[in-house]
Amino acid sequence: MEILVCVTRVPDTAENEIEVNSDGTDIGRDDLVYSVNEWDNYAVEEAIQIRDRVGGSVTVVTVGDDESEEILRREMAMGADSGILLADGAFDGSDGLGIARILKAEVDKGNYDLILTGAQSEGGTAEVGGMLAALLDLPFASLVNQIEIVDEKKIKVGREIEGGNIEVSEIDLPCVLSVQTGINEPRYVGIRGIRKVASLDIPTHGAADLGVDPATVGADGARVKRMDYFIPDLGEGAEMLEGDTEEIISKLIELLKAKGGLK
Amino acid sequence: MTDQIFAYITHKNGVADDSALELSVAAGKINADAAVTAIVAGAGDSLSAVCDEMAKAYPTVWKLDNDALAYPNAEVIRNVLASILPDNAMVLVPHDTFGMDLSPGLSVKMNAAFISDVVDVEGLSDNTLTIVRQEYGGQVSTHVAADISSGAVINVRPGVFQPDDIAAVSGEVVDKSDDIEITDAKRRFLETVEAEVGDVDITKSDVLVSVGRGIEDEDNLEIAFDLAKAMGADVSCSRPIVDAKWMEKSRQVGTSGQTVKPKVYLAAGISGSFQHLGGLKGNPFIIAINKNTKAPIFQVADVGIEADILDFLPELTEAIEEL
Ligand SMILES: Cc1cc2nc3c(=O)[nH]c(=O)nc-3n(C[C@H](O)[C@H](O)[C@H](O)COP(=O)(O)OP(=O)(O)OC[C@H]3O[C@@H](n4cnc5c(N)ncnc54)[C@H](O)[C@@H]3O)c2cc1C
Repeated sequence: MEILVCVTRVPDTAENEIEVNSDGTDIGRDDLVYSVNEWDNYAVEEAIQIRDRVGGSVTVVTVGDDESEEILRREMAMGADSGILLADGAFDGSDGLGIARILKAEVDKGNYDLILTGAQSEGGTAEVGGMLAALLDLPFASLVNQIEIVDEKKIKVGREIEGGNIEVSEIDLPCVLSVQTGINEPRYVGIRGIRKVASLDIPTHGAADLGVDPATVGADGARVKRMDYFIPDLGEGAEMLEGDTEEIISKLIELLKAKGGLK
Repeated sequence: MTDQIFAYITHKNGVADDSALELSVAAGKINADAAVTAIVAGAGDSLSAVCDEMAKAYPTVWKLDNDALAYPNAEVIRNVLASILPDNAMVLVPHDTFGMDLSPGLSVKMNAAFISDVVDVEGLSDNTLTIVRQEYGGQVSTHVAADISSGAVINVRPGVFQPDDIAAVSGEVVDKSDDIEITDAKRRFLETVEAEVGDVDITKSDVLVSVGRGIEDEDNLEIAFDLAKAMGADVSCSRPIVDAKWMEKSRQVGTSGQTVKPKVYLAAGISGSFQHLGGLKGNPFIIAINKNTKAPIFQVADVGIEADILDFLPELTEAIEEL
């Protein structure tokens, strides 16, 4: 089974407190720690496990810049067979549809049975997988937390829906799936693993290589544009308990008693 | 273009989801003058009940009745909507697991803009719709401007557009069942498997000590269980704790976990994402402990404490044990 996994490099929210920069044009980027998007890591692990069960190959692809290479190498150290970087100045400022168009062009160059994306990334739009499927005219399922390969023509997938219930469907190959966290336990990658793949070649494809019309991607092609970043004024919020730890604890205990929080 | 707004109604067992009326509120914020049409797709008798209910809030209700729509398979419904919606239409969909499945692809099929997880509407001028959404799990907000000249699919966050003052209307139910095209699906629904039941039923707990990613390590869970024991509480958690397989799924609070209604909810090292808060009902007294004072949880909590939970929780446990 030939599997393509679309991944992206994002500021790691487990490692950073995200703030708005001084003029509200961006988040503060100084000293940010980046990593592969949490959802994508599960998608890559799943792809590797499927390949190990039924054979084939796993390719990881990202739309990004030179710095995105590090996450491709990380996922190759996990076990992906190859990586492709899609980078071009013309891609800057793409909206979700622009990203999906760029990915579609790369998919068209290959011969993939299964295309995986993470369910969402830092923006929380959860859009690229579904758009990519529609552009390719392939079936799609989102929030997938179970994949069972039935045969060469179809698979069974579980989607995690409200309440943690699982909606099970059969879906024809090739297809696009967006993967939900928790589907597996992504393996750990150490420095040594990354060193092993450090010299592998990662080709870069630009707009011309892909045959992407620059007018349909990038800031010019975007119909949906982020104008700023801000912190909304949402009224009072929580009453913050102040003082030293001892004082805070005694105030909290009084509150717990009053609200029925101690038995 | 924008006088044509549609709302996709999610329903189950003959009852419309809470989001059904919220979409009407959101549509009104986009364009107060628009005539909004509710689209209710499904099969059989229960469908009529939902249509009648919706006709009290929407001037027009489109009823799409077909056996192929008995279960809401996003692929089938996407094709139906793409075939029946007029050019340049605007359609609102709840940003739940169905909307996430349906909408991005629908926007491509309609050649419309896709605007995801909208939490507020700024306004509409000419063909530009400006909305508010959040990024990084709610840590920052952004204004987003979308060119809707060729239509838009707008996913609306459940629970934010509260329908306090919807004027009752007596809308008309229009049966559009004959106008739709059902295509062979490449994705076929088989069954729904219910989530597993665990050893503790947190939906019955009055007091919950809930831990999130801030607990950092599986071994640290002990401090939460110790505190809960001292308080007479149960332990629940956010999703990353379950993803890491540190706790059972049945202890997860949120839209894809349990809906809880405790009296007191102590959130320790939880940022307060909307999916997590979506599982918290009944207006509990919320205590948030987090080392980041800007964490969104502090916007909804009653009481906040800026602290490292790894230090704070054991101290609190000790103090309670000494009472
Ligand atoms: C379709 C879908 C469904 C979902 N369903 C759910 C759901 O049902 N339930 C759910 O919870 N999530 C759900 N999520 C995930 C959700 O979006 C968030 O990713 C998740 O809630 C974050 O969990 P968290 O707050 O524990 O982690 P984070 O967002 O990583 O927050 C950790 C917090 O801990 C703080 N912290 C770190 N270390 C310490 C310390 N030592 N002391 C004090 N504070 C510390 C940090 O400042 C941060 O605020 C869902 C997502 C999707 C896409």
